[in-house]
Amino acid sequence: MTLLKGYKKYYLQKIGWYLITLVVAVFLNFMLPRLMPGNPVDAIAQGSISPGMDATAVKKVLDDYSARFGLDQPLYVQFFTFVKNALRGDFGISFSNYPREISDIIASSMGWTICLQLPAILVGWILGNLLGAVAAYMKGVFDKAILPAFLFIGNIPAFGMATVLLLIFAIYLKVAPVGGGYGYELIPNMSWEFFQSLFVHYQLPFWSIVLITIGGQAIGMRSMSIYELNADYVKYSRFLGIKDRKIVGYVFRNAMLPQVTGLALSLGTMIGGNIVAETIFNYPGIGSTMLSAISNRDYPLISASTLMITIMVLIANLAVEIIYGLIDPRIKAAQQDS
Amino acid sequence: MKNQLKQVFHSPRFVIGFVIFVFMLGMAVLYPLLVPGDPLEMVASSSYPPGTYISLADTLESKQYGLDLDITATRLNKLISQEDKDAMVLWLTKYRGIAEEDIPVEDSVEMVHFWNEHYDPEVEQKGLTNAKRQYYRRLASRMATILETKDIIIATKNPETGALEESNTISFNTYTNVKDIASRRNFVLGTDNFGRDVLKELTHAVGTSLKMGLLAGVIATLIGLTLGLLSGYLGGLVDDIIMFVTNLFTVIPSFVLIILISFSVSQSARGVMLVGVIIGLTSWTWTTRSVRSQVISLRNRDHVNLSKLSGHSLPRIIVQDILPYIASYVVMALILQISSAILAEAQLSMLGLGPSTTKVATLGLMMNWAMTAQAPLAGRWWAFLPIILSIALITFSLNLMNTGLDQVFNPQLRD
Repeated sequence: MTLLKGYKKYYLQKIGWYLITLVVAVFLNFMLPRLMPGNPVDAIAQGSISPGMDATAVKKVLDDYSARFGLDQPLYVQFFTFVKNALRGDFGISFSNYPREISDIIASSMGWTICLQLPAILVGWILGNLLGAVAAYMKGVFDKAILPAFLFIGNIPAFGMATVLLLIFAIYLKVAPVGGGYGYELIPNMSWEFFQSLFVHYQLPFWSIVLITIGGQAIGMRSMSIYELNADYVKYSRFLGIKDRKIVGYVFRNAMLPQVTGLALSLGTMIGGNIVAETIFNYPGIGSTMLSAISNRDYPLISASTLMITIMVLIANLAVEIIYGLIDPRIKAAQQDS
Repeated sequence: MKNQLKQVFHSPRFVIGFVIFVFMLGMAVLYPLLVPGDPLEMVASSSYPPGTYISLADTLESKQYGLDLDITATRLNKLISQEDKDAMVLWLTKYRGIAEEDIPVEDSVEMVHFWNEHYDPEVEQKGLTNAKRQYYRRLASRMATILETKDIIIATKNPETGALEESNTISFNTYTNVKDIASRRNFVLGTDNFGRDVLKELTHAVGTSLKMGLLAGVIATLIGLTLGLLSGYLGGLVDDIIMFVTNLFTVIPSFVLIILISFSVSQSARGVMLVGVIIGLTSWTWTTRSVRSQVISLRNRDHVNLSKLSGHSLPRIIVQDILPYIASYVVMALILQISSAILAEAQLSMLGLGPSTTKVATLGLMMNWAMTAQAPLAGRWWAFLPIILSIALITFSLNLMNTGLDQVFNPQLRD
């Protein structure tokens, strides 16, 4: 009972902290574009102003846009309107996909991005840890050849890996489609054919993320494992005659813990990079949405996309921290004491 | 100091990273010196594959050499594409009823003979569109003469009469030495879709990206160092506030902040260095954390306390008693910042938010140009693979140097 209570406190603290972060993130999302010199309206309204227009007409266009976006009101009023609308999931209507609701566009592209990145990062992380552990324990070819190879691959930017895979498998070998989330001739439905197409289009984006994730995770796991393998408790356990297999189990469990924290810290960078890589495959995720929003100067859509990416990263981080709390014996012990 | 440097250069990882890095840097510095000229000059009219390009007119006037080589097979392999071959096989099997294994596809010479023997435009061709029929007719007329190696006659127009006069004949065993030709240009990596020499552009872009990365890295390191020192040394409320902000910015993805700021800066102002500044301003959290934890462990050491008792001022204590001990960490952090800044710029440019300029190239901009020109779909690997490789080599070398330094300064990590 006390244990549960302890956990509750730990989690409430974590969730509270992330809520504060969320508020700051929303504030930055709102404030940063407005802090910049130059009125965002100028940039948006540029499309509606033709070079020959006289000054009063230009002013009228600008005022019209200002009023429509509520930019003529004081900042704090704007902020509360922004938060109120965001809470209701109302981000307005897209400029470039008029008259589609932004929340609608974001919801569909977020689904694609999460379904791609969550499994890919997890698989990459697990494979990377396995490789790191094996390299530390078995040494030999794993440590001297495979790990360095993946280390180099891990330094290829996500979009670079995506391009290389695209070139090899889609252009030269022609065994994979060149892009998209499913065959262009299909309409999303529940048929077997559609799922097959989904699966085929999923391969290249998925493996490009997995491949670049492995190296970075493996090197961390390798050095943690070596550190743990040389720790005193390992020698002591050997003296006690505990079986090697059991010791290795303990060692890797201990080495895993910092890896979980490491994952939390690098999630933001990883997700950002992978989102850019989506655009190579025209994958219908948030990256492609953002690319088209940027090239169309669709300001509300960009703002909503960045906000959703931030929220996604925050939730992923919170999830990792909650899992960490469950598996780290030290946190468990601390909670039991209190 | 000297001893430490010696140790650093004994670490194989650092040395490998250092060599790769110096190679990239050397390329960026030396290549423009060796091959001067505007790196963004558009020399070609489109994107051409790598190779040496020689002037056709010059070859006619250059010295001729006779070589006795059998060239039919190699020539035919170049002249007959795989599509032509497939089309021929298709026609022969479909309208002549010849089994596929009887067609000599492997041997081009045999294939041409075989085709000329069996093709007949009068045969009823069911299910062929008119365009396809015409295609086969053209193919057949090409194949009919492809094996002939008659001399080619060069003629010039007589300005007075307008008649063509033979000025030169070239037979198929006439060769020329590439060295004899004055007008030639070697495009080691081909040209991009603007017709620029990719290698020249790339070395220029590596230089710009490194400069931008260094600027971003220095800014991030300075901010991180200042905040880390203040937070670690002063502790208390200052520490709480700084750490709160740092933790916030560790979780809020800097990628998102960079996008928001870059989009808001007016396009005309967004140069390469401004992008560097933006990246630097958003990526200092790592340095702050690591400097702070180092300073906390140093704060109560004897020599620092002694300095405090002697009444030395805060700046003096920091500069004399703390900075030398954390210098290695700061350098390592700087190296990582540079590599992540180069990557961040590339990703930003991929989304179309990179430096808005056509006067200079960065690695990200080159990548962006290649992608907008659909280079991968057209199979123009030379327009983007060298860029990806350059980014990978730069970040790889910097990361290797970083782990090498880490091993030297953190003896615990040594295997």
